[in-house]
Amino acid sequence: MKRAEYRRAATRGILFIGLSALAVSILYPLFWMVVTSLKTNRELFLNTWALPTRWQWSNYALAWNAGVGRFFFNSVFVTAISTAAATLISALAAYPLSRFGFRGRTAILMFIVGGLMLAPQISLISLYKLLQGLGIYNTYWAMIVPYVAYRIPFTVFLLWSYFLFLPREVEEAAYSDGCNSWGILWHVVLPMSKPIIATAALLSARVIWNEFMFALVFVEDSALRTIPIGLMGLKSQVDTDWTVLLAGLTMSAVPIILLFILTQKQFVRGLAEGGVKG
Amino acid sequence: MNRERSLRTALPYVLPGALLVLVFIYLPVVLSFAFSLYRWSSFSVNKVYVGFRYYGRLLSDPIFYTALQNNALYAVISIVFQVGAGLILAAILEEKVFRKYQPFFRTVYFVPSVISFTVIGLLWQMLYNPDIGILNAALRGIGLGRFALGWLGDSRLAIYAVIAVSQWQYTGYIMMLFLVAMQKIPPELYEAAMIDGANRVQSFRHVTVPQVKAMIVVNMAITVIGAFKVFDEVYIMTGGGPGRSTEVLATYLYRSAFRNDEMGFANAIGCVIFLMTFALSILQLRLSRVGRIE
Repeated sequence: MKRAEYRRAATRGILFIGLSALAVSILYPLFWMVVTSLKTNRELFLNTWALPTRWQWSNYALAWNAGVGRFFFNSVFVTAISTAAATLISALAAYPLSRFGFRGRTAILMFIVGGLMLAPQISLISLYKLLQGLGIYNTYWAMIVPYVAYRIPFTVFLLWSYFLFLPREVEEAAYSDGCNSWGILWHVVLPMSKPIIATAALLSARVIWNEFMFALVFVEDSALRTIPIGLMGLKSQVDTDWTVLLAGLTMSAVPIILLFILTQKQFVRGLAEGGVKG
Repeated sequence: MNRERSLRTALPYVLPGALLVLVFIYLPVVLSFAFSLYRWSSFSVNKVYVGFRYYGRLLSDPIFYTALQNNALYAVISIVFQVGAGLILAAILEEKVFRKYQPFFRTVYFVPSVISFTVIGLLWQMLYNPDIGILNAALRGIGLGRFALGWLGDSRLAIYAVIAVSQWQYTGYIMMLFLVAMQKIPPELYEAAMIDGANRVQSFRHVTVPQVKAMIVVNMAITVIGAFKVFDEVYIMTGGGPGRSTEVLATYLYRSAFRNDEMGFANAIGCVIFLMTFALSILQLRLSRVGRIE
């Protein structure tokens, strides 16, 4: 009996050490990023483990002025507009598909959600030509329009599955009061769906904020670059001034980490709904 | 159902979304296939019809096979680490003794997946760096100096070094999906297993795994699809090098289109990505909640 207990305690201890080691292997590189971003480049080369002797906030100023400030603004702008548009357009589409009884709604829903099956990589070149044809290549719109389109299938699905289970009664009452379908959407359905709309917007914002490939190909002008592409530019600009680059990386990572920690619940609920990565 | 029964009332709501999806998701896929049948460059006015010649060229192209092999390697390693280890990690965190610490561990493990790959890729480039990186410094520190290698600079190792970073980033993400699925398992099932005399490992095998089977398949599909779409990781960390050793389909597509200006050939690679991901995506959608639309 005693022996079995010892063994169980030992297993527990080993598992706990394993979990902690894994946590360290994730946290230490991030910690190293922050600490090293406050060192001088010389300190970094002398000893990669050491803490900075004096905190070099100037690295942050250098990185910010080397373009990170501009990229930041672009990322916030593109993410805000794309997220708002994708969420709004998806809510509009999900509403009749879940609340109206017309024929063909399943077909339309399948058509929209079916977009999830098509990887953006397949369409990289044809989208590039399409955006050139539309005259919006190398503008903010070259990112915003494809981002909105590619967020619609998942967002429609997420909102549709929530709208579907809203109670009918309130809606019926509003109809009796002479409200039309547009009024019902704004005054009944959307106010009742705030949590799922927040989830949908958060998931889109995360994907758009981090998007790399479209931003790389559809925009040429460095003044329009978002953070993910801008950091690549910063890397070649600062050359071997690693600590300045690390300051840029830290500034880009911190907002999204904070956003995640603050909104973890909504984030995870949405992921669980769809089982879709990215 | 509602009083609104006509398609005419629904159409104005559905139209903007449906049109955007049609024009920017479906149409480009059709165009990609059409474009793959022509020889053309970015600025050329004329396209020359070549039929399926580019597909033939792919079949005898060694770099295409390198890319395909790297994508497959990505898929296999990701299944082992993200799905395999993710499943086990989730099960451990769901154990009663670890419940207390679960919120901390799960948040930490998940964090890398919300950060942009540019940040992670450039950070790991430095961590792998033989001069300033902590990886080699750590290996030397614990007396394993002979394993201190030039990770990303070595054409045999580089692809593994890149894939390792993806595992570092995404295992916690897949683990989180498993955790959500496991929390829906009725506790009575575990109690019944315990009464039958099952130990922890046995109840994992006979209760947990069968109960999250659908999630296992969905997660496998997600990781394999992800493996065949991979672009950012390779483009950012190695750009396909050293030589062409880390090329994957998407980076080869990018290089063919925007470096070599062979648009038709690049589109043929795009169609291969379509073939590799489409069937799996249908499977994923059918098994996840998205598939239960009707």
